[in-house]
Amino acid sequence: MQPAYFDHNSTTALKKEVLEAMLPFMANQHGNATSRHSFGRTARAAVEQAREQVANAVGAYANQIVFTASGTEANNFAVRGICSNMEPAINSVPAQILTSAIEHPCVSRPAAAMRGYTAKSIKVDSSCNIDIAHLQKLLVAPTNLVSAMLVNNETGVIQDIAKVAELAREHKAFVHTDAVQALGKIPVDFFALGVHAMTVSSHKIGGPLGAGALVLDKRIDIQPLLYGGGQERGLRSGTENVAAIVGFGAACDIAIKNLSAFDVHTANLRDHLEIGLAKLNAVIFGYNGLRVANTSFFAFNNIEGETLVTALDNAGFAVSSGSACSSDSTEPSHVLLAMGVPEDVARGAIRVSFGLSNTQEQVQHFLKVLEHEIARLHNLTAIAA
Amino acid sequence: MERQPIYLDYSATTPVDPRVADVMIPYLCEHYGNPASRSHPYGWTAEKAVENAREEIALLVGADPREIVWTSGATESNNLAIKGAANFYASTKGKHIITIATEHKAVIDAVRELERQGFTATYLEPEPDGLLDLAKFKAAIQPDTVLASVMMVNNEIGVIQDIAAIGKICREAGVIFHVDAAQATGKVVIDLANLPVDLMSFCAHKTYGPKGIGALYVSRKPRVRIEAQMHGGGHERGMRSGTLPTHQCVGMGEAFRLARLEMATENERIRMLRDRLLAGLQDIEETYVNGDLEHRIPHNLNISFNYVEGESLIMAVKGIAVSSGSACTSASLEPSYVLRALGRSDELAHSSIRFSIGRFTTEADVDYTIDLMKSKIEKLRELSPLWEMFKDGIDISKVQWAAH
Repeated sequence: MQPAYFDHNSTTALKKEVLEAMLPFMANQHGNATSRHSFGRTARAAVEQAREQVANAVGAYANQIVFTASGTEANNFAVRGICSNMEPAINSVPAQILTSAIEHPCVSRPAAAMRGYTAKSIKVDSSCNIDIAHLQKLLVAPTNLVSAMLVNNETGVIQDIAKVAELAREHKAFVHTDAVQALGKIPVDFFALGVHAMTVSSHKIGGPLGAGALVLDKRIDIQPLLYGGGQERGLRSGTENVAAIVGFGAACDIAIKNLSAFDVHTANLRDHLEIGLAKLNAVIFGYNGLRVANTSFFAFNNIEGETLVTALDNAGFAVSSGSACSSDSTEPSHVLLAMGVPEDVARGAIRVSFGLSNTQEQVQHFLKVLEHEIARLHNLTAIAA
Repeated sequence: MERQPIYLDYSATTPVDPRVADVMIPYLCEHYGNPASRSHPYGWTAEKAVENAREEIALLVGADPREIVWTSGATESNNLAIKGAANFYASTKGKHIITIATEHKAVIDAVRELERQGFTATYLEPEPDGLLDLAKFKAAIQPDTVLASVMMVNNEIGVIQDIAAIGKICREAGVIFHVDAAQATGKVVIDLANLPVDLMSFCAHKTYGPKGIGALYVSRKPRVRIEAQMHGGGHERGMRSGTLPTHQCVGMGEAFRLARLEMATENERIRMLRDRLLAGLQDIEETYVNGDLEHRIPHNLNISFNYVEGESLIMAVKGIAVSSGSACTSASLEPSYVLRALGRSDELAHSSIRFSIGRFTTEADVDYTIDLMKSKIEKLRELSPLWEMFKDGIDISKVQWAAH
């Protein structure tokens, strides 16, 4: 049995067409996009074409796209850049930055690090939905920025960002959404969401690592994170990573073309998986929420997640025990804790995230291995007890 | 199909060496894991590749791999070093920063941003040869100087600053010392084990690696601290969060490995080409080399051609890809601020061309360039009334121009 990659929310394999689009820019088309000679102009044209492709994928105009080196950078840029250009205190009371309790740390940490501000967390319910009533209550105090993700990376639950944006705007706050896990899984429309800034990333949609973007409402006054040569209309200095940007653009085109196929295919795989999981008495997190089709986050009572992940890995299945970006730590998932999942259950959590390349046979085999491992681990626990 | 011009703009960016591209591609295709994924071999393979590459960076510059922090390029490295160190040490050391007027924009603009936040800054003018006067540097240090930032190799004129001596002055004064070495790797020997430098910026795409990847050296002995500018998953020991682009890290590692192995022979070959180019261009009347020729990387030749208008010159020499002023600011038609800082007149600054030679430049490329420059400059000067006046023995600087 070939190994199976079930960790697409962490990173995805580069699409063949994307590599082909990138290769010329790793070889003879090597110009610096700021140079005025033909090498530079070729690079510039390629960057601008990619900007159109990204804009098209998110329902925005090309001049609203600021390329960054990653989703992390775009999130830091949004939070720090928007807040730095505003008065942190209103009538000498520190203004609030509100982030949902399930944000990626690259949103919540820069928010917490902003000097002069009070960072607060918006609660979520047990299905991983943002608690709108809590947001309304928080918004009574002066707020400069609300940041909430469109799709949670761990549970796959889709948030009602349009509603969040509407409420935030009523209170004169800016709104940012991290849409990294949404792009390529559900339709993403910048204008329909009504946000001021939105983060997307290349390597989650079959593009290369090393490119991300912040989509910006043009009326927003944002401070750069990086100063220098004045690239990206002065908003993000640094020589453009032409090959990665071209790859990002190409990946956007493919992701949009594949959107419904991705949805149907991964929904079938996940339903198959979750029918099996139910038989094994798994707890499925966010099951009652509206989820993207490819993600399933679950746990078994009295079984350590790490132990199970290792056993699955030995059997050739790449899954995740939480989000990769924080999986250096053995802390239980902050998302599950925010949903009110008890700590010992949260520690057992496993995330499966499918892609177009996965098959029903892989899922079937996975369930078989899982059943076997759970029986084995339960026996071990029984002996220990 | 139109023939590609001869590329003589290696200081703007270099092609990715095909050997570098070859080692990158498997990490784009088969080994695509997230290096931070701990739970499966996709992640482990990626992490191992990233760590091997980190060792290669450290080896080229005489550092410990634990002193190397990945970034997205020299601009980010410079911003992280300058803002990160200034903010970390402001309360203990003070809020004054020293840099040179000829630094890259990424340094100058990061310092300007700190000025907006309440720091003060001294922008030292270099000597007419582009080098920093050590006595003037020493005199600029104040009791509250927190940080000095001096580039190792200038991007426009290629001059090499005496980093060891400047670093020694900084150490004695307790000033944190940052060096932008983006243009130095593979061209100048860097031995951080013996250089008194606290922070040093690198990037890959000036040394035959890919764009979008760089590194910052953060000294462990003495231990230097910086405030993170990007927060998140806590990658790079908390100094710089963000998923690492494995293939780009691998590419930079391979590029730096090749630089370490081939630097000595490559520099000799490039020096011969540069000297050939210089000898050829010096046949042309009224040409001025910008910047010291001795303390200079062999790859760079920056020359002003008097009585020729810079923009028309660039348009006339389309057979070669060169730059007037640095690429990063060449969207503007301002004369180079670097040449102006050397005391060059606007006219000479405007008519300057930077030729930067590299790994794939041939003798034939150089000869073609010399011939092209000679014929085009002759043509442009035929059209120039200023050249005619000069030939008639009129000192143009003394002419009183009438407004009309």
